[in-house]
Amino acid sequence: MIEVRELTKRYGSTLAVDALSFDLRPGTVTGFLGANGSGKSTTMRMMLGLDKPDAGQVRIGGQRFHDLRWPLREVGALLEARAFHPGRSARSHLAALAASNGIASRRVADVLDMVGLTSVAGRRAGKFSLGMAQRLGIAAALLGDPPVLLLDEPVNGLDPAGIHWIRDLLRSLAAQGRVVFVSSHLISEMALMADRLVVIGQGRLLADTSVAEMSAGAPSLEAAFLAMTEASAQYRAPALAHDRVEPAAWPPAISRNGASS
Amino acid sequence: MTAIAARMPAGHYRFRHAARMEWIKLRSLRSTWWTLVITVAGTIGIGVAVGMNTRNGTEDLTNNVLGGVVPGLLLAGVLGVLTMTSEYSSGMIRATLAAIPRRPQVVTAKAAVLGAVTLAIGEAAAFISFFAGAAALQHGIPSPGLSQPGVLRAVVFSGASFCLIGLLGLGIGAIIRHSGAAIAVLVGGVYVAATFIGDVSHAAGAYMPIMIVGNSLSTTRPQTCGGSSAACGHLLSAWAGLGMLCLYAAAALALGSWLLARRDA
Repeated sequence: MIEVRELTKRYGSTLAVDALSFDLRPGTVTGFLGANGSGKSTTMRMMLGLDKPDAGQVRIGGQRFHDLRWPLREVGALLEARAFHPGRSARSHLAALAASNGIASRRVADVLDMVGLTSVAGRRAGKFSLGMAQRLGIAAALLGDPPVLLLDEPVNGLDPAGIHWIRDLLRSLAAQGRVVFVSSHLISEMALMADRLVVIGQGRLLADTSVAEMSAGAPSLEAAFLAMTEASAQYRAPALAHDRVEPAAWPPAISRNGASS
Repeated sequence: MTAIAARMPAGHYRFRHAARMEWIKLRSLRSTWWTLVITVAGTIGIGVAVGMNTRNGTEDLTNNVLGGVVPGLLLAGVLGVLTMTSEYSSGMIRATLAAIPRRPQVVTAKAAVLGAVTLAIGEAAAFISFFAGAAALQHGIPSPGLSQPGVLRAVVFSGASFCLIGLLGLGIGAIIRHSGAAIAVLVGGVYVAATFIGDVSHAAGAYMPIMIVGNSLSTTRPQTCGGSSAACGHLLSAWAGLGMLCLYAAAALALGSWLLARRDA
């Protein structure tokens, strides 16, 4: 059980996360939805104790992240692709992380197998494609076999087979009774992957609901999401530009026979 | 959930876990080994060259054959900087801190591992440099021996300076976080500014790290200052010099550790 309470983060005059509260429960995949720049990554960094909130708190099984006894065995996280030294091999990267939390070194081989990187584990990870880098990040998250997984945009850079693989992986991890929290700006992906949704816009909670409930009153989950986030959207330039065009000039006259009129 | 939670062993992560992580990180980079090889080879090479070109047997021969120490330190310092800053440039720092949330422990572990490696490498470089440089002295110039007054101390302290400059670099890296800027501060502060300040004021110059290494740690006797003996009075003794270097490294590490604990990663 993870409790996020009144979490607030300010960068200068910008309120990146605004009194955000939600719970995450074991056995479910919870999607974390929001437009780019809506505060998803900031929230996840605060959940991992990497950024200090200006107000509010996060409890993981009742504890602050800072006080966890074996952090990697309690919370596995993927925050960004390529969060590793480019000169180090995938195997050494994972071995270093395993050592930090007293995780048996054979677990490194296990997670490399799970993500399909065994054959390239000895190569410098800096040469990895984005998809391989994501797989290494997922391997690091799984290293401690944690009951909680926090993944920021895990499908980024994965090919269709990879996306299918991670969808099945996350669903099976949740089915084992884990807390799985996945951020994405890909609504269609969340519709297939998540049981519940936490939707934010400009750092504020817009919805904390199930996928079924959210898509109920709208033609699609995407339509429901767009309707919900419209009020808080930062970038509405295309719509505004469209509004300002004079009726007579729109649509512009296009000559079908090659010569412009 | 209970089945998953039950797999967690008793106790909690400790310093030795953090140190083991840092040791794997340091040794698993090819650049670490290249840097150390070049550090040792450069220090010895310069020591031998200075030894071969020594014409006057009344000079401080120990200081001459340890002439490669001051240039060699640069790489130990850079290694120290990169040990910290490469974590920021790659994003690895967030993986590190999510594994060891008690941040000062990360700095302590890095300092312990880097300190041990640079001390071992530094002592090797200093001793090999001493023997190789002494062997390269021309016929007629008596080779210095470790049993002569102050010689063993000069060699051991010179080796230790690699460790202390490495730790200073680590501290600067933790404070500045950006590789290029931190290396510029290290080189600018330790080498360029030190030379400049030393020219302006011998009194202040005596406290500059490379002046300490060159004039206090790696000598068996006070330097002759080309006639103006007043200036020589300001040079630190070997022990005072070693203490100053320890203080610089400790101050940089303490500030770096404090900033790491306060800043967002």
